[in-house]
Amino acid sequence: MDIIRPDTRFDFIGKKKFTIWISIVAILISFGSIFYHGGLKLGVDFAGGILLQIKFSKQINTSEVRNAFETIGLKDAMVQNFGGENEFLIRIEKKSEDLERLSRSIQDSLKEKFKDKALEIRRAEVVGPKVGKDLKTKAIWATGLSFLAMLVYVAVRFRQFSYGLGGIVALVHDIIITFGAISILGLEFSLSLLAVILTIIGFSINDTIVIFDRVRENIKKMRKESLENIFNISINETLGRTILTSGTVMMVVLILFFFGGPVIHDFTSAMIVGLISGTYSTIYIASPVVLFWHEHFIKKKKK
Amino acid sequence: MLRSLKWKLIFYLAIVVFAILLLMPTLSSQIPGWFYKIIPSDKIHLGLDLQGGMYLILEVEAEKAIESYVERVKNNLKDDLKDRNIPAGRLEREKKDQIILEVSGEKSRVDKLLSERYSMLQELSSSEIGGGIWRISLILDSKQADYIKKNAIDQALETIRNRIDQFGVSEPEITLQGTDRIMIQLPGIKDPQRAKSLIGRTALLEFKLVDEEGDIEEALKGNIPEGDIILYQRTVDPKTGGVKKIPYLLKEKTLMTGEVLKDARVAIDSQFHEPYIALEFDDIGAKLFEQITGANVKKRLAIILDDNVYSAPVIQERISGGRAQITGRFSIEEANELAIVLRAGALPAPVKIIEERTVGPSLGQDSIRQGMISIIISAILIAVFMIFYYRLAGAIADIALLLNIILVLAVLSLFRATLTLPGIAGLVLSVGMAVDANILIHERIKEELRWGKTIRAAIDQGYHRAFTTIIDSNLTTVIAALFLYQFGTGPVKGFAVTLFWGIVANIFTAVFITRWVFDYLTLKVRIKKLSI
Repeated sequence: MDIIRPDTRFDFIGKKKFTIWISIVAILISFGSIFYHGGLKLGVDFAGGILLQIKFSKQINTSEVRNAFETIGLKDAMVQNFGGENEFLIRIEKKSEDLERLSRSIQDSLKEKFKDKALEIRRAEVVGPKVGKDLKTKAIWATGLSFLAMLVYVAVRFRQFSYGLGGIVALVHDIIITFGAISILGLEFSLSLLAVILTIIGFSINDTIVIFDRVRENIKKMRKESLENIFNISINETLGRTILTSGTVMMVVLILFFFGGPVIHDFTSAMIVGLISGTYSTIYIASPVVLFWHEHFIKKKKK
Repeated sequence: MLRSLKWKLIFYLAIVVFAILLLMPTLSSQIPGWFYKIIPSDKIHLGLDLQGGMYLILEVEAEKAIESYVERVKNNLKDDLKDRNIPAGRLEREKKDQIILEVSGEKSRVDKLLSERYSMLQELSSSEIGGGIWRISLILDSKQADYIKKNAIDQALETIRNRIDQFGVSEPEITLQGTDRIMIQLPGIKDPQRAKSLIGRTALLEFKLVDEEGDIEEALKGNIPEGDIILYQRTVDPKTGGVKKIPYLLKEKTLMTGEVLKDARVAIDSQFHEPYIALEFDDIGAKLFEQITGANVKKRLAIILDDNVYSAPVIQERISGGRAQITGRFSIEEANELAIVLRAGALPAPVKIIEERTVGPSLGQDSIRQGMISIIISAILIAVFMIFYYRLAGAIADIALLLNIILVLAVLSLFRATLTLPGIAGLVLSVGMAVDANILIHERIKEELRWGKTIRAAIDQGYHRAFTTIIDSNLTTVIAALFLYQFGTGPVKGFAVTLFWGIVANIFTAVFITRWVFDYLTLKVRIKKLSI
């Protein structure tokens, strides 16, 4: 069975003038949203603060919970309905030193206040400001270094810097757009969303390499073709695989989205956007970058 | 070729059987003891996010240990100066590790004392400030300071370990993180609040005399007599919940600390049926206590824990035998907690909880249930799709995928790694890449077949060509995983581990095992047509 007929020849690269604009607009929207919201909304993991997930056994509405926090003197606590009917997520952004004691006193007074509603504290996270900063630095270092290592590997493997560059530009593109989606959807950037970014990096580079590998093979076979044509042919030849793989992964993520429960809801929504961007960028970003580099920096040398 | 096919089968089967054996402890709870002697594996441990529990990072305020050490040195110095009849004026601690001293008379006598008994102090500066008075400023030797710091952290780790052991938590994990942080993981803990107060308490037990002559009213106004301090007794009224604070004027000098404790137990008062804590001192402590009580009959001795006065009974007579008790209005839980911390000893420096993650057991169960449902649905859909799209080849790929998951879980149980939520994400990503590897190979074989190659040649070429692509894409991801493992923190590490092993397993199953099946089908079964 074939999902794509073998003789398919879409002119992917030919549309790059148009598709580049799609990416630019998407990136601008992403940055726009991030700037509009005053930067990425950092979760408790990175910003420091208190996160509580509480569940009541009896009917209660959000405003009641909110009122309870106001009476404790925490007006700026963000109360949000979470998943089920009587379950809430509460975030308190505070940078004070003894957050743990604060968290304890909040839990005590909540239990006292909602004695009759059988309150259950399902999750409590307290991240001190120093730890949050540490986590942030470490996450940035880990991601940055793994980026660099991938760039080097791809450049060495394909014997050309341009390929490494193409792959990384595509990655940066995907990450910006995923961050944009995170910002637009109003999600908080937490450790689990960092995992999304990492996963998207994995898929995106994987996708890019599949096409680059085919290009490398075709360059040897088709010496007369222009590089642009070779890219086009290669993308077409691997199109079946691209659709099948992306489709399968998307299917898994959609299942996680619908059945995985509220804890990973943020995780999956960001992932869906990242996957779409990852597949798109391989064809419309990574390849044109390589072509651009060869047109502007390598041809001149030959002449 | 056929011979090597046989050897390959034996090799592959051996790996798979070994993997399944490694997973036995996870699959069944009734594993005989001899099994573990042969198979070096353990049940797969679920992370706290999945099974519920508490994760804490404590920071040891080791600077405070230096402070209290210098304070002790200062007190000793005071006594020594008195003993040697060196007239001393000002003597106080400055910053955390410096002592300022003013003496009159010959400086050489002080120098002698310092070099004889206070080698841990170094002279920063000294000058005559007039009237035959010397001002000497001393600083704690930096090597000694480092030693005290390190010692404080090690001791804190040990003490916390003791406390948790006595509290009774199954499979706790307590390790040093970096230089001054302690990571604690308590799986399945029922009462996180109590555990935290147990861990975080300094539990410094002190005995000080009440200053009977001093005027407490005057002291509260700010005129504290020299050498005295004010500490409070806090009592909580069980009915109203109101806190009452009773001030005590105490001699600053600590006569005895909890260091000399041998045991601390909860006992119930026979008269009022209230719990109290019975203390038992070791030999040194017993003698010291006898001395102290003997010398201060009819005076009040305050029992202080973490700067809280618990009681200040009047000493009726010299007490020998090395026993004392702490009374107060305890609940039985409180008394138990106090007994544990007193037995395990005091923390050499206060600790602060700087990170806490507590997941209730019900949330963990929800996560597992929802995770399992999604994984099963996805597995079924992927399997069905592969068979529907690739027929026989799809079935082979399905077997490879199943083996892939088995192998990764086996590696996890071999290395006693913990499976967390991000770990599952890593596993899902690696399964995605495994599906991709199969698709790459199959698409390539189809292409080769279209170009008119024979089945054998198509399989050969298909694997050969797809192999470079798979290696390239997987290696890039492996590199990323290694960096994430090296530089990432807890959850990022969990993700990196499953991703790394997932990819290793992927190369093995998707490339080598499926290849064997195809070879077997074409060489041994000699199929004429390949449904792919």
